[in-house]
Amino acid sequence: MLEIICSVLLIIGGLFIFLGSYSMVKLPDFYTRLHGPTKASTLGVGSIILAAIIFSAINGGISLKELIITLFLFITAPVAAHMLAKSALHIQVKQRKGSINDELFENAKQQKDSPSD
Amino acid sequence: MLALSLQFAIACVFISLLLNAWRLIIGPETTDRILAVDTMYVNCVALIIMFGIHTQSDVYFEAAALIALLGFISTAAFCKFLLRGDIIE
Repeated sequence: MLEIICSVLLIIGGLFIFLGSYSMVKLPDFYTRLHGPTKASTLGVGSIILAAIIFSAINGGISLKELIITLFLFITAPVAAHMLAKSALHIQVKQRKGSINDELFENAKQQKDSPSD
Repeated sequence: MLALSLQFAIACVFISLLLNAWRLIIGPETTDRILAVDTMYVNCVALIIMFGIHTQSDVYFEAAALIALLGFISTAAFCKFLLRGDIIE
């Protein structure tokens, strides 16, 4: 039973990681490409780490130190995505045609002209 | 069954690493390349953990934690360099 759960988690994790990387190649501009790896790949790695925990439970001796990696990735992936989006707005990476919210670029330009810190 | 699904997941992560490398090579902007490197770090964590399952040893989790830590720090350093033009002011 545990082996079946472990296998299903591994397959789900592999598919989500592949989906995240495929969306990074497929999507048209940087701001849309940012979505795939930061959400889908993080979920895939979390699922694979869960499979590793269940596998160590099959072999006896459950160890929870893998959860540290999951926790760390789930905390740092949104922070890294936010920093990447902020630096992309700062160096004025082009949007795809037809995008809205142009005022974000204006805000970034104003922050560049008068740095607060 | 476990061995088969493990092979399937390792193949998925391998193809994902190839796609990341493609984005790293062609990426039109600098931020695209930083995103590709960050995703490669995350995929390498998954690959090392699956290698740990394959060899049935506990040693590899420390390596995975270390790589996750270094991936975040390198992404933060790259973004800081783009934002400020300098890493340590």
